[in-house]
Order: sequence, then structure tokens, then C-alpha cells
Amino acid sequence: MYYDDVETDLIEMLQSDIPLKPKPYEDLARRLNTSEGELVERISDMKEKGLIRRVGAILRHRQAGYAFNVMAVFKVEPEDEERAGLILAGYKEVSHCYLRQVPLDFGYNLFAMVHLHDESALKPLLDDMVDKTGLIDYQVIKSVREFKKTSMQYIYRREDGGGL
Amino acid sequence: MNKLDQIDAKLLNLIQEELPLTTRPYQTLGESLGIGEEEVLRRLKTLKSSGMIRRIGAVFNSRSMGYFSTLCACRVPEERLEEVAGAISREPGVTHNYQREHFFNLWFTLTVPDADEGIRIIQKLEQETGIKIENMPAKKVFKIKVSFEMGGTDVL
Repeated sequence: MYYDDVETDLIEMLQSDIPLKPKPYEDLARRLNTSEGELVERISDMKEKGLIRRVGAILRHRQAGYAFNVMAVFKVEPEDEERAGLILAGYKEVSHCYLRQVPLDFGYNLFAMVHLHDESALKPLLDDMVDKTGLIDYQVIKSVREFKKTSMQYIYRREDGGGL
Repeated sequence: MNKLDQIDAKLLNLIQEELPLTTRPYQTLGESLGIGEEEVLRRLKTLKSSGMIRRIGAVFNSRSMGYFSTLCACRVPEERLEEVAGAISREPGVTHNYQREHFFNLWFTLTVPDADEGIRIIQKLEQETGIKIENMPAKKVFKIKVSFEMGGTDVL
């Protein structure tokens, strides 16, 4: 995908941090010889085009009180995929829900990332999910340790300044 | 971080949904909350330095940006976990990498410019580590939600 200079610099700012100051776009606008209004307009365009899902704060969910996070994986047959996927997606505790291509000997192909305040809420939630979807074969995969969690860097500048 | 007042909670709910697309977004947020721009900035700085806010920026749609992303899982002998996880985490396209309680004890996400590049990186990591990596790309996305409902004082 091709980005012009303004988009490149904007993406670079937006993939990391929008400055916490009254006029956050001022410095970038000056550097690019454009106006702050133009930059805001460009961000709106990227949102409209679907390149950006949202601009806002990304929280650390543990610190935000969602201390218990698990991946729940279900076995679903092709004829039930759509119905069950939409049911799971409807839960406010589910942040991500995907149907995945998985190894046959694993077989759990419907994934739901579940975020809860504490572990006691897990069992009732899963019981309800099984009840509503009719999917009885599932696994709960808890995380033990976080080795890495970052945001994707779409614009990557080498430290030697040799371009993108 | 253990106490969050009502204004912080409201501010977090608002700014998680959207940073207003104006040239003075913090002033716009303040107007919705009945507080000044300076107070909004002060509160956000505190929430950021306390670690509650990871960052304020954009969440891109990697697919629309032309990228391919996938979830990978592998089974790593306990004694090699740190070493293998380290090799995987060094890959810039790896954004999440977790040890999990499962037959597959290491799970990571990979976001790369295209599917071929993804397969190339997976093969490279397999060669480097000698560990078989299962590639589980999404066939269908039912939901991607990135905000969390914040309550008042007692939530934390």
C-alpha cells in the first residue's frame, strides 16, 4: 500500500502516541507544512476508508480491573459456525471472536477472548455460552505469562534514518 | 493504581470510544465532562503514567491496511520456553506472545504485509528454534472490540 508523506507521518504518530498537549497536531502540521485542520481531516478520511477502527485510548485491561482473561475455544461444525459465532460475539465479556483454520488433531476452531473482573465469573459465563450455542466441546486456555504485547508498527523507520 | 473517581471513569469511557477529531480534542472532551482542557490533560497524564492507559492513538484495521494476521501456537519443552519465546518476540510482526496453560503452551499473533511473508516467517522461526509452529489464520471475524466499560470508584 502506498502512503504519501502526510499519511506516513500521521500513521507513525497514530501507531504510537498522540501528544498530551492542548494542540496535539501542531508540531506535526508545522513539520509537514500543513494545517492542524488538514491533519484531522486526513484522520477522518482514514477512518471512513476503514483503515482506522478507532482513535482513542487503549487501556491495559489488567490495570483497568479486568484481571482475568482467557481464551475460550469451541468445536463447531460448519453448519453452526455463523449462528454460534454471532452468539459468542454478542457477549460484552468477549472482546474478540474468530472462526479459525486449525489443525485437525486440535479441532477447536471458534475462538473467543474473554475478559472478566475475576475468575469466579468464568464458570457461569461458560455455562451460559454452552447453553445458548449448544456447543458442548470446549477448552479454556489461560495465559500464564506475557512475553510480549505491543501495537503493530505499520511505519517502521530504521534507526540509521535510511527510510522506511 | 487503585482508585478511580467518577470523572476518570467517564473520561476513560469517552476517550476509549473516540478521541474527538478536532484540533483541540482534549478541550472537546472537557466540554462533554464539564471540566477544563487542563484538567483533562492532567488526568490523562496521571492515567498514562500509572499504566492504566497503554497509549492514546489509533487502532488500525490491519486487513484494510493490506496486512495479513494470524494466530500461531506451539508446544515448547518447559526448559526452552524463555529462549523460544524470546526468538519469537524478536520478530517485529509478533505483537502478542503468551505462555498458556495448554498442550500448546506458547501462543503468539503475527501481523505481516501478506500471507506469504507470514508463512516465510513461521518457517524461519521453525528452523531457528526446531519447534513446530501451528498456523491458525482467521477464516471469519465475528467481533473485534477494543474498549472496556469502566465503572466508578469501586471497580478496582
